[in-house]
Amino acid sequence: MTILEILEFGFMQRALISGIAVAAICSAIGLFLVLRKHSLFGDAMSHVAFGGLSIGLFLNLYPIWTAYAFTIIAALGITKMTDSIKIPPDSSVAILLSSGLAVGIVLISLSGGFSLDLFSFLFGSILLISTQDTIAIVFLSIAILAIIAIMYRRLMYITFDEKQASVSGINVKLANYIFIVLAAITVVTSIRLVGVLLISALIVLPNITGILFGRGFKKTAIISIGIAIASVVSGIVISYFANIAPAGAIVLTGVAIFLCTIITRNIRKSIRPIKITEPYLHNRSQE
Amino acid sequence: MLNMTSASPIVEIDHLSYWYDSSFLTLDNISFRMEQGDLLGIIGPNGAGKTTLFSCILGILTDYRGTVKLFGKEILKNRKALLSEVGYVPQHASIEQSFPANIEEIISFGLLGSIGKYSRSYAKDQVLKAMQIVGLTDKKNKRFNELSGGQQQRVLIAKAMVHNPRLLILDEPTNGIDQETQDRFYELIRKLNAEEKISIILSSHDLDAVSKLANKVACINRKMHFHGDAKDFFGDENMLKTYYESAMQTHLRLHQFNTKSNSQQLPST
Repeated sequence: MTILEILEFGFMQRALISGIAVAAICSAIGLFLVLRKHSLFGDAMSHVAFGGLSIGLFLNLYPIWTAYAFTIIAALGITKMTDSIKIPPDSSVAILLSSGLAVGIVLISLSGGFSLDLFSFLFGSILLISTQDTIAIVFLSIAILAIIAIMYRRLMYITFDEKQASVSGINVKLANYIFIVLAAITVVTSIRLVGVLLISALIVLPNITGILFGRGFKKTAIISIGIAIASVVSGIVISYFANIAPAGAIVLTGVAIFLCTIITRNIRKSIRPIKITEPYLHNRSQE
Repeated sequence: MLNMTSASPIVEIDHLSYWYDSSFLTLDNISFRMEQGDLLGIIGPNGAGKTTLFSCILGILTDYRGTVKLFGKEILKNRKALLSEVGYVPQHASIEQSFPANIEEIISFGLLGSIGKYSRSYAKDQVLKAMQIVGLTDKKNKRFNELSGGQQQRVLIAKAMVHNPRLLILDEPTNGIDQETQDRFYELIRKLNAEEKISIILSSHDLDAVSKLANKVACINRKMHFHGDAKDFFGDENMLKTYYESAMQTHLRLHQFNTKSNSQQLPST
């Protein structure tokens, strides 16, 4: 069976379309998170989303909706708390991560153990995505990318230096709240793809790789999105042929691209000819 | 649109006091005026309150006592509009060195925020003009971390002046920069003041540079010790003696404050 032949399957088409959409938003949001040194914020929010999913499953509500609500409220709450009582960012990540997971564990124990649904959210189930979910993911992704496109210069300035951005008259607080809501929506939207446990890899890996290449913020963002999409598409295809879990294949493809980039960079550095400066040549000619 | 007449002083500070952490008096009843075209050198030892003063002028700190006016208007009531006329270069820019933006992108940040909408061609022209003034046209595609300390400071100055501000505030901009680069930097400051007609507030520990550049000097050490013509300050030996004595007093005062704070925070053993 060839790569083109697998595109004839409906589940593969849905997986690739939603995968590409999610790769784009994770990478776009992730670039700001990585540069703000909040790489683990995505991980923390995915654990909060796990708590939100458990609430939905416990109350017999659609779990994705409860995950959206719970994650957005928690993200806004912790941002407000960080602002007002000056909690260090890494501590706020720890609070979010552990409290989200705790809510999930308590509700799981109350409902008598893991259900199949919760298990699929933990490890991702991109091949099982419905047409309805695919449409919702694509629409949400377009909306998130549009808002980022409108705000990206401001977000870039705030990421560069928050104090200077504030002095320029940018409403830093409002921009940060909007960004955090977008990040929360991105995480919950992406959970279907790689699951709660691996989402931060999709947020961090393409951007770390892109930053190594990029000359200019816009170029870095484009490279990062390209790497994220390449990881997702290759991961899904590899998972099909190798019969392995797609979430793991996607993340490992991202890791492989990152490692290849580092190795290539180091090789290029080591074989670059040493520049001999003019004064040195001048001195040599005098000897 | 604010009615900012050229007759209004650029900066007007009246009986300004600020308590850090609501307990430590950092600025004590500071008053002064700065006129259009002035290059005001603010000198004072570390911990004298220079950065706090700038934070009040820029409306970053709001819980002070007294009034701070820019171009005749109170900063806290008109912050957004007033800041569109101000450029600021901070003391220690906490900039992530791996930040991937190139110099052109960083300079264009100065056009965001309070100055409103502008066309792409206007932005391009302004950025190019700012790069030419600071002499970085050939570096426009470089990343920030690929530049030397002096070049990075010039990028921040270009960013601060890309929107044609009337007032430029530079908070110890030459910290950690070698002497040769400092000299080139000071020449740029002089040029901005003389040729671009930008009023400048420059805080510095480099008394030699301030004496050569500034036409006005404010010597603060929590209180205002001197405000007036630079030649009066630097021509008076007693004034310089008082400056160094007060610097030592501040050092001791900060040491006592830190010791007291630490003993309050740490449990007694």
